Amino acid sequence: MNYFDLFRMTLPETVLELAALIVLVVDLGFLRKAALQVRVATAALLGVCGCGVALFALLVQMPGGLSAPGGDLLLTADGSSAVAQTGILALTVLTLLLLIDTTFTRHVGEYVAVVLMSATGGLLIAAAQDLLVIFVGLELLSLGLYILTAFAKSSGKSAEAALKYYLFGGMSAAFLLFGFSYLYGISGSTNLHRILLAAYGWNAYHTATLLYVALVMIAAGLGFKVAAVPFHLWAPDTYEGAPIPSAAFIASVSKLASFALLIAIGTAALHAFDDHSNVARVSIGILSGSEPVYFGFARSWSLILTVLAAASMVLGNLAALAQTSVRRLLAYSAIAHGGYILLGLAYFSYSSRSAEAVLYYTLSYGLTTIGAFGVVGVVERATGSDRLDAFLGLHKRSPLLAAVLLVLFLSLAGIPPLVGFWAKFNLFAAVLGVSTGAVPLALVALAVAMSAVSLYYYLQVLKRAYVMPAVNEAPITVHPVTLGVLLVIAAMVLVLGCLPALLQGWIAGFYPVV
Amino acid sequence: MNGIPILTLLTLLPVVGAAIALFSGRHARAAALVTTLAGLALALTVWTQLPGDGSMGLVERAAWAPSLGIEYHLGADGLGALMLLLSAIVTLMSVDAAHRVHHQPGLFFALVLLLQAGLFGSFTALNFFHWFLFWELSLIPAFFLIKIWGGPRRGPAATQFFVYTMAGSVALLLAFLAVFLSTGSMDFGQLAALAATGGLEQAVTAHLGPVTMWLAVGVLAGFAVKVPMVPFHTWLPAAYAEAPSPVTMLLTGAMSKMGVYGLLRIALPLFGHQIAQMRTPLLVLAVLTVVMGAWAAAAQKDLKRIFAYSSVNHLGYCLLGIFALARPAVDAAAQASQAAALNGVILQMFNHGLTAATLFWFVAMMQERTGGERGIDHFGGLRKPAPVLAGLMGIALFSSLGLPGLNGFVGEFLIFRGVFPLAWVAATVSILGLLVTAAVILTVIQKVFSGPVPEHWAKFPDMHGRERLALAPVIGLMLLLGLVPQLIVDTVNPTVVNLLAHWRF
Amino acid sequence: MLAWTIYLSFAGALAEALLPKGKAALARWLALTVAVAGLALAVAGFAAGMGHGRVTIVDAAWVPSMGIHFLLAADGISLVLVLLTGLAAVAGVLFSWNVEMRTNEFFAFYLALIGGVYGVFLSFDLFLLFVFYEIAIVPKYFLIAIWGSTRREYGAMKLALYSFVGSAMVLIGLLAAYATSGSHSTGLIALGHAGLPVSFQMWVFPLVFTGFAILAGMWPFHTWAPTGHVAAPTAASMLLAGVVMKLGAYGCLRVAISLFPRGLDPWGFSFAGIGSWRDVFAVLAVVGIVYGALVALAQTDFKFVIGYSSVSHMGFVLLGLVTLNQIGVTGAVLQMFSHGVIAGLLFAIVGRIVYDRTHTRQLAELEAMHLSKRLPFAAWAFVIAGMASMGLPGFSGFVAELQVLVGAWMARPWWAMAAGVGIVVGVAYTWRALQKAFFSDALPSAHVLEYEHGHGFAPITWPEVAGVSLLVTASLVVGLYPKILLDAIEPAVKALLAGGGQ
Repeated sequence: MNYFDLFRMTLPETVLELAALIVLVVDLGFLRKAALQVRVATAALLGVCGCGVALFALLVQMPGGLSAPGGDLLLTADGSSAVAQTGILALTVLTLLLLIDTTFTRHVGEYVAVVLMSATGGLLIAAAQDLLVIFVGLELLSLGLYILTAFAKSSGKSAEAALKYYLFGGMSAAFLLFGFSYLYGISGSTNLHRILLAAYGWNAYHTATLLYVALVMIAAGLGFKVAAVPFHLWAPDTYEGAPIPSAAFIASVSKLASFALLIAIGTAALHAFDDHSNVARVSIGILSGSEPVYFGFARSWSLILTVLAAASMVLGNLAALAQTSVRRLLAYSAIAHGGYILLGLAYFSYSSRSAEAVLYYTLSYGLTTIGAFGVVGVVERATGSDRLDAFLGLHKRSPLLAAVLLVLFLSLAGIPPLVGFWAKFNLFAAVLGVSTGAVPLALVALAVAMSAVSLYYYLQVLKRAYVMPAVNEAPITVHPVTLGVLLVIAAMVLVLGCLPALLQGWIAGFYPVV
Repeated sequence: MNGIPILTLLTLLPVVGAAIALFSGRHARAAALVTTLAGLALALTVWTQLPGDGSMGLVERAAWAPSLGIEYHLGADGLGALMLLLSAIVTLMSVDAAHRVHHQPGLFFALVLLLQAGLFGSFTALNFFHWFLFWELSLIPAFFLIKIWGGPRRGPAATQFFVYTMAGSVALLLAFLAVFLSTGSMDFGQLAALAATGGLEQAVTAHLGPVTMWLAVGVLAGFAVKVPMVPFHTWLPAAYAEAPSPVTMLLTGAMSKMGVYGLLRIALPLFGHQIAQMRTPLLVLAVLTVVMGAWAAAAQKDLKRIFAYSSVNHLGYCLLGIFALARPAVDAAAQASQAAALNGVILQMFNHGLTAATLFWFVAMMQERTGGERGIDHFGGLRKPAPVLAGLMGIALFSSLGLPGLNGFVGEFLIFRGVFPLAWVAATVSILGLLVTAAVILTVIQKVFSGPVPEHWAKFPDMHGRERLALAPVIGLMLLLGLVPQLIVDTVNPTVVNLLAHWRF
Repeated sequence: MLAWTIYLSFAGALAEALLPKGKAALARWLALTVAVAGLALAVAGFAAGMGHGRVTIVDAAWVPSMGIHFLLAADGISLVLVLLTGLAAVAGVLFSWNVEMRTNEFFAFYLALIGGVYGVFLSFDLFLLFVFYEIAIVPKYFLIAIWGSTRREYGAMKLALYSFVGSAMVLIGLLAAYATSGSHSTGLIALGHAGLPVSFQMWVFPLVFTGFAILAGMWPFHTWAPTGHVAAPTAASMLLAGVVMKLGAYGCLRVAISLFPRGLDPWGFSFAGIGSWRDVFAVLAVVGIVYGALVALAQTDFKFVIGYSSVSHMGFVLLGLVTLNQIGVTGAVLQMFSHGVIAGLLFAIVGRIVYDRTHTRQLAELEAMHLSKRLPFAAWAFVIAGMASMGLPGFSGFVAELQVLVGAWMARPWWAMAAGVGIVVGVAYTWRALQKAFFSDALPSAHVLEYEHGHGFAPITWPEVAGVSLLVTASLVVGLYPKILLDAIEPAVKALLAGGGQ
């Protein structure tokens, strides 16, 4: 193994780790006596710089990826991984900028460092092609997230949430590892491609039980990460208890990384025969006519994802209807959005269209969610609660904030011309582009219907903000940086929605034309 | 008058006048008088410009909505022009009679003028859409005139008036829709020509099945309500009684003629054959109208109701004439009878309009003097304190009775002259109507004008100068037309001959 | 040029949102300027576009990889409806002159709604049409929820959700059609020529038609309409009944019938006389006509009478659409225009002129108020509006209903007969409302007269007069000279029926 290549390949991760260390040093070493605001600002800005440098470092990565001595790919650098890594870094920047206004912790340096380290884990997952690399990245990400959730030491909810998250997470990690072990047993390798090749072969020998067990385990593990039903139970409490930047981070970056991983698995499953046999590829004969013909285990994988998707869409939206806490509302809505994305993964196309659609959705959703949490954070700090009633009369108290809320929530509901609408349309079009049979159509219909249901609870919040009379009309002042970030996010939501080709084209640029 | 669209101007004039009157406040009546005088002048011009052969003159055509067969097609022949003249005269009389409108006079006269526009429009229209437009449009001012300025029970009277007439209009509309569906045309002339060759019935049967008879019934129903024909007449007494007298003049003088006009312009030309097939029951209804109208008049105590029912009776003669002539003419004598009957009908329309309007005018005058009283038992011996009133009203009453020498006689005479050979049973029974009417009129004269004068009427004011000036021409016209009916007949007869030649029974 | 109606409206909305609070007069005049500009553009566009068939206004690639274009075009039908929108927009602003609370936000939402409506009528790309259709939903919600009256939050939410569900159904159809046609393009013309299989059209057509028809107030999905109209402030109910319901009908025509015409074919079997989706929707339309009319007859709240009458009149539109013959569809489009103007007028009178002064809409209470004397302008305006609504000749409704009846008769005679019943009942409920509200017979006692003399109503303001005049003139002009619109509508309908989205 060429260590120089390894260094090149993992440069972004390295930069982030270095940045984390620098932040720690600066904060603990030089800013002991400084005011909290200064420390927060400094740490956040250093973190932002680190992410910026890491973005540049992405350009240095080798296009062919990094392979182990045997020729197995360890890390890729194109397609979904490039998009996801860029996205992760951008979203981390936004999260860190949201940190500037907060006062939930005095351990600022540690916080930013952990954020950066989690982001590193996310970067690894996004590019990974090897089971061990996946697991390392996953654990790095998850452990960081548990810590971030617990950071509000004075809040009981924070601790409780973190504990729940940790217990669930630990268990699901165990499941994941167990599934991975079976995969290794089937194939004798930890490389995704080799595993899937072997899996096809196993299917041909009709000894597939091990494989199916493995798939279910992995689905459980990854389903936990993306908060899919029935592995979602941690999400409402975590979203409710974690400090705002942590919640925003979990909702955006961690999701992006996990979905990127799922895309990688899906892509690998379909391209398993690329390197080896054209004949075999033709014989798989996927994606023709009205019903998708998934060969072998891919059919089961698709089925598992479909079940997770449908359950998440339905439960996420229906449960959100009853919420009175906006954070929990956002949590259930996150579950629902996760369901839509899983649908896009369940019907995965050979061309890169599905991957692009999923990435678009996750990116735009992450952007919007960070903004949403930002608004909730401001309101929480001003009124002391995140109940629906805290938003009463927001249009009077801070018209800009209310406008941002309007744009973001309508985007989440899928109202054009905002980016959320385009993301949904694109995703459903991609699903139907794979197959227009009765089942995919019914699932898309379900998704659209559930989306219609979601408008109700988003409007509940907007109703409080715009329609119902205020109880307290004192103006809310928003920290300029936070306001700036929120406005930028809202503007991007609007612009990307009006001109979807911008983001779409950028993502498509990373995929070679088939 | 080449190139000047007189008929359009004629119809537009009252509309413009209405707009002016609406904002003239107290001077609304003056504005209305000017407008109606101008209208009369225009109508006279039309009368003099008619072609001598009885065909449609002063024709104006323009495309309106060709895909629906709707065309802006106006024209006037003897019949139409006479009706225009009648409308102009009666409206003028009505405006003149309405000199005590205190409540919102601007609106009152605007509505009267709009009503006149509706009359002018429907008497000159030669395309169903246009004609129906004005037919319906005349309803609204009439309704509001009754509803706002009427007597104590005006609400139900107005509503009944509206509902009945609307129902009739719906029947008309549906029938015409069917005709349009079958033939693609809404033009009266085209449809009449088609019907004359039997083509209309063929087209209807081909498109919709054997429903031509139903269409004829629908059309008849629409007009039967308007004329009115028994048993669709029950709206009339209440409406006439509750409406203010100037409005009643309009209702009886001109609006009721719309129904008869419609029968002549639409029902007979298009559905002549069907009407001929239904002739007997129709004649029965006509006779009933004549007789029952007279009989009911005899039972009334309110002057207005007496004259209202009497109107029903007089229009019954028109119906009698129309339905009697609805049979294939076998020989020259029959044709002559038909011509006589038709001439009589048209004359009767004019004369009755004139006479009835005058009678209601007198009632208005009497009401002014008595503070609203109009029961015949309340009056008595008015000949003494108001000889001029008695004299002039007497002339009008005798004209209504049908005294030879006055205009009322000529129409009825010609009708009977024509109906006797064509339907002698009906004619004979109708004589009853004549007799009862005579009794009624004489009773009115006796109770109102002769006999001892009660105390409170001793100082009953007679007609003063302005009233005499206004009524003298009208009474004079009655005398003139009674003595020299050729003035009208000479222009109307060619139209009659022309119409009969094109009708197929 | 017509595209500027859209851009101006949205720009106006943004400008209104940015206006400082408390400048109500500025907000009003800005809104009026934008609305009048839109109307002027609409009239100019109408005059210019007559006789030219379908004219493309803007065609820009939007998301080229998926074949989605920002494609604006107009044929005769679009031009007529754009004209209607212009008229309704101006009238709505005039009748909202007295809005004092949060005026600039009111007009911001109002102009955004107008912009969305213009967009729908001018879009010839299905995706773009859908985007504008959805854009129109949110402003509606806020207009009703914030400035409405009776049960406004409930009415607003119901309206928003019904609309959203309807548009969800359309979205499913859109996605399915896009995918089935090979995911090449979302242009209406292209999809019309895509040769979608009959079995596909058979289930997509009712889905999309129903999705749009919900917004058009088709029975039995109409219940949002009376509640929503009553809850809405005057301008919003004018727009809702006048223009927004027409969005649904337009969608039925432009999308459902044009793209999926095979969906209307007979099924091959029939059940109780119903043998195709065409029959189904015709029955629903007829039921809507009669039911709406009968229920209107029984209402005690003036605005509810008008609300249900809207449901009844829209039934005419839908009936005309499913006759699938030239005259019926032409009548339907003309009725869209006519009812748009008339409904706007009716709501304006009931809401702005009467309710804002009397503070009651209950017919029983209005009966005692002798409004024909105290508010003669309202009374006479309602007489004219009522006559127009009844379908009296001389007003636009007559020709439109005539055409629909003829078209219905040509398709299936009993449809026409049932619709005729609806017309008759229509006369009845309009009459009843007119009598009760304005021309009741109750003679006032001296005591009441004195009270009324001492408590006069606010005088009629110039914007109200202007608004009423505008709408009445529009209805009269079209009623007396329908050719002015028919010349535009007829060729467009012909082309549409012949070539499916041509």
